[in-house]
Amino acid sequence: MSALESANKIKAKFGDIVAGPTEFRGEISLKISDAEKIFDVCRFAKSIGFDYLVDISSIDNYGEDPRWTVVYHLRAIGNGEEIRFKTDVSEEKSELPSVLPVWRTANWHEREIYDMMGIRFSGHPDLRRILMWEGYPFHPLRKDFPLAGKPSDLPGVAFTQVTPMEGGPFVTLPSSSDSIAREPRVRVPENAERAISDKRLVDGKLK
Amino acid sequence: MATVQDIEIPDSAARAAAIEEAQDIQGEKMVLNMGPSHPATHGVLRIVLELDGEVITKADPDVGYLHRGDEKIAENMTYTQFIPYTDRLDYLAPLANNVAYALAVEKLLGIHDNLPPRCQYIRVMCAELARISSHLLGLGAFAMDTGAVTVFLLTFTEREKIYNLAEAASGARLTTSYTRIGGLMRDVPPNWCDMVRQFLKEFAVALAEAHTLLTRNRIWVDRLRDLGVVSKEMAIDYGLSGPNLRGSGVNWDLRKNQPYLCYKDLDFDVALGSVGDCYDRYLVRMEEMKQSMRILEQCCNKIPGGAENKSKEPVNVADGKITLPSKEKVLTSMEELIHQFMLVTEGVNCPPGEVYFGHENPKGELGFYINSKGGGTPYRLKIRAPSFINLSILGELMPGAMISDVPVILGSLDFVMGESDR
Repeated sequence: MSALESANKIKAKFGDIVAGPTEFRGEISLKISDAEKIFDVCRFAKSIGFDYLVDISSIDNYGEDPRWTVVYHLRAIGNGEEIRFKTDVSEEKSELPSVLPVWRTANWHEREIYDMMGIRFSGHPDLRRILMWEGYPFHPLRKDFPLAGKPSDLPGVAFTQVTPMEGGPFVTLPSSSDSIAREPRVRVPENAERAISDKRLVDGKLK
Repeated sequence: MATVQDIEIPDSAARAAAIEEAQDIQGEKMVLNMGPSHPATHGVLRIVLELDGEVITKADPDVGYLHRGDEKIAENMTYTQFIPYTDRLDYLAPLANNVAYALAVEKLLGIHDNLPPRCQYIRVMCAELARISSHLLGLGAFAMDTGAVTVFLLTFTEREKIYNLAEAASGARLTTSYTRIGGLMRDVPPNWCDMVRQFLKEFAVALAEAHTLLTRNRIWVDRLRDLGVVSKEMAIDYGLSGPNLRGSGVNWDLRKNQPYLCYKDLDFDVALGSVGDCYDRYLVRMEEMKQSMRILEQCCNKIPGGAENKSKEPVNVADGKITLPSKEKVLTSMEELIHQFMLVTEGVNCPPGEVYFGHENPKGELGFYINSKGGGTPYRLKIRAPSFINLSILGELMPGAMISDVPVILGSLDFVMGESDR
């Protein structure tokens, strides 16, 4: 059975909520129009042999509606078939069912997506941040989160405000001065005093 | 700044009461914070262990201390500019990461099956050298954490030679950035194959020595066997990959199951474990190094154009819209000048679409999911980091083990935080 046949089998089972299959570079993709059904589709896919969840990724279609796309890569270890599910989630909802009961590897994948994109997974028992720290106010992989050093006109995002750790012991201050002056260690008071006595620090600025 | 602190020394009655109180809390669980800078955690992994005496009752791995936002960075630069960042994913096998990333972008371009044969062979050799290098470090650190220091010295001597080979090929020992989209930075030097052969000769001795030091070592076997057992079903359920998956007896190797580059033409075996304990994972890695040696040997003999490339086999695809033209051409021909300008400023023009490419990296399946809207920059680039996924099983594997088993389990999983945290 090829991946295309499996895709058609899934389509036959779930009918009009499944669009596709589309093929690009030999990879089969199915689009699931109802994100709430993703758990059922995945459970069925596992029952027909897709026992290995390779990866879950998420895409921010910024400026479009629905804003989020969640992408699942499935594999059948037995015969090597691979299939991809894609499903859209609107920004207001930002939530879809967790597939953790189907594959336990989904645990960290879903935590990562929650951390990086801010999409929640209902039914996930332990939806905490994983790469960023608890309490970090942003979801950095969103398209409206700018890279450090790139100005952003968007209101209320990262670097238009004070960053959460600004002034911290190991955070370099954003400024146009050279790398020596921006070095966090020169902000330690005794270093600053030494800089003043060495006449390197004038009016709070390093020369 | 000096501070003054008062130290209270309670009288004997108060001390006795304190001891009484302490006895009441005996039997309570203790929480021990291991890492993020613990020598056995191979980087900045932090594990919050809940202990009942010396037995672990709960383990909560905490990753992210080395998060640099590589996926975000990738969205903001051209495909070629991201190659140096792949060096820093699994920094114990940068050559393999370069190959994996280049292949993913080439799959998006639709040229991954039509690469010049010489390029394919060199890439395979790079990936296998990286595999040996990564397994050597994994083994050395694993043995050292378990108390066998000699192996570490042995494997590091050999790794140094692989760094020399990487330096000869790419000019850098660690941050190789050797591949380019559609080819390589440059061909290998004429004596490179001889250097590889020389290395293989010496490495065979060192590997045999490591075997004699460990494989039948009573202490080593006692500490590794029946520890951290991952069943076949569990390995698949948790999405383990690479030696950790094969250690559990799952016959899955992307080099065999989804052959890419010239792996179809090469003869090698896939090492499989049977029980899925730490000892099996150790044996799988040892055997993989041996198979990598076989692959390298065959590549040295079969490489198109021979070691010196007298027949001038190309290493880059002959497409001016993908690979950079020679400098001479740029300075003398208008078309090549335009190509050079467009490639450097705009990047390789990729078609819209999405691809996933998984590469059998030393640590497991390193996958790149690229979502392109056309142009020279990915719209979204997701890195499937094998270390990240291999670590997610820790919470299941640790409970029931003792504290002294933690370095053994961690060493047998062989992860690297640069890749896990991205």
